[in-house]
Amino acid sequence: MAIDYTDVLQKLCLHLEQFAGPGVVITPETDLINQLAIDSVKLLNLIMEIEDEFDISVPINALADVQTVHELATLVHQIKSAK
Amino acid sequence: MSLLDKLDAVAATRKALLPEDVEVFGTPVDAVYSSTEAKIGDRRILFLGTNNYLGLTFAPECLQAAHAAIDSEGTGTTGSRMANGSYSGHRALERELADFYRCHSCIVFTTGYQANLATISGLAGAGDVVLIDGDSHASIYDGCRLSGAEIIRFRHNDMVDLEKRLRRLGERSSSTLIIVEGIYSMLGDRAPLADVVKLKNAYNSTLLLDEAHSLGVLGTTGQGLVEETGLIEEVDFITGTFSKSLGGIGGYCVSKHPQLDQLRYVSRPYIFTASPTPATIASTRAALKLLREGSELRRQLWRNVHQLYSRLDELGYDLGPEPSPVIAAILKTPQQALALWKGLLDHGIYVNLVLPPATPEGNSLVRCSVSAVHSSEQLDYVGKAFAELREAISQ
Repeated sequence: MAIDYTDVLQKLCLHLEQFAGPGVVITPETDLINQLAIDSVKLLNLIMEIEDEFDISVPINALADVQTVHELATLVHQIKSAK
Repeated sequence: MSLLDKLDAVAATRKALLPEDVEVFGTPVDAVYSSTEAKIGDRRILFLGTNNYLGLTFAPECLQAAHAAIDSEGTGTTGSRMANGSYSGHRALERELADFYRCHSCIVFTTGYQANLATISGLAGAGDVVLIDGDSHASIYDGCRLSGAEIIRFRHNDMVDLEKRLRRLGERSSSTLIIVEGIYSMLGDRAPLADVVKLKNAYNSTLLLDEAHSLGVLGTTGQGLVEETGLIEEVDFITGTFSKSLGGIGGYCVSKHPQLDQLRYVSRPYIFTASPTPATIASTRAALKLLREGSELRRQLWRNVHQLYSRLDELGYDLGPEPSPVIAAILKTPQQALALWKGLLDHGIYVNLVLPPATPEGNSLVRCSVSAVHSSEQLDYVGKAFAELREAISQ
């Protein structure tokens, strides 16, 4: 089923809320490491949640280029659209 | 951030967490007395954090073989297996390992780490997929990275999750290498091999089993999980190490597929490093013979495992899910784990401290490794120390 980027972004933001401290608003520009303090272990666990949500598999290699919420949403959208 | 700033940040994190009066990681061992005892600083300590499962590091047969090899072939080969570094001993050990597993082919590598690097990066490449258990050893992760293949993790020992990921791959599952371990090094649990094999066959994938911690430990002759489960014919590639039950250093891959031999020409971790020393090869060959004939050693190892696992379980420690020579006490915080580790060292017992991010689920581990040559009295003493420390770390 086709899904657009905005839907992906909204769903991702729901998963990312658990990492946002008080007063932190998640935007596409939010930095996963520096603003949400998502370290390598948290990221891998988060990816598994996202994989279940979208029924996709995200290669670990692809995460090397992901720094922001927008970049993560773009990656998930690309993988989902390619199915 | 500069390159050196990054290292300063590592130092700051380490300083904030770890005590300054004792070196938790890379603890200096000042003398070694036996397979189970050593000297740290000015005190005699019990080794309970080595991987010396069969206690063969001081076996007279291994010592004698190593001495003889040094005298006849020198201290090192000073060359790659691809060049001048394939002595008769290296080739004989490959034949003996192939015979042990009744497999067609075997390659010996310089370390166990390199065995995984070389095998995985030689088998998989760009466009292929490696599907690995989330609790895989670092050598598996690094081998996958070196391969250039797509790396996909499945939840630890979760066959529903593995199947989901195989299904998502569609036709690509036939160019997928699934990797699991005989015994996982963090919690000591085993892969559900029969279920993994069913999925591997259903999706026409290839299976690599790392027996690093299960060689010498599982199975009648010590082959590992493949022997315990009777599934050796179903596993495509088996890797393992000489640095645990065999008491040396080095690694291997065996396979029923004759194509394994071609890795010698394409695998960089095999080609671009010096081969194992003659003494290493000689002691490993002697140790392999002892391992194959070592059913009494294995029985004693498992008696010791059950003695310690049941004692720690009675004391209320949160342990790995099943008894194995790797017995991990799971602590909620690094501070608790550090206090237990330090308390055990104060009692003259050395174990491994493992902290996040190297641990599953962000827990901290105090990991014991049991050997066949630990005495019942030594393990009683360990139980008493854990009992004395139980209350202190609960606070």
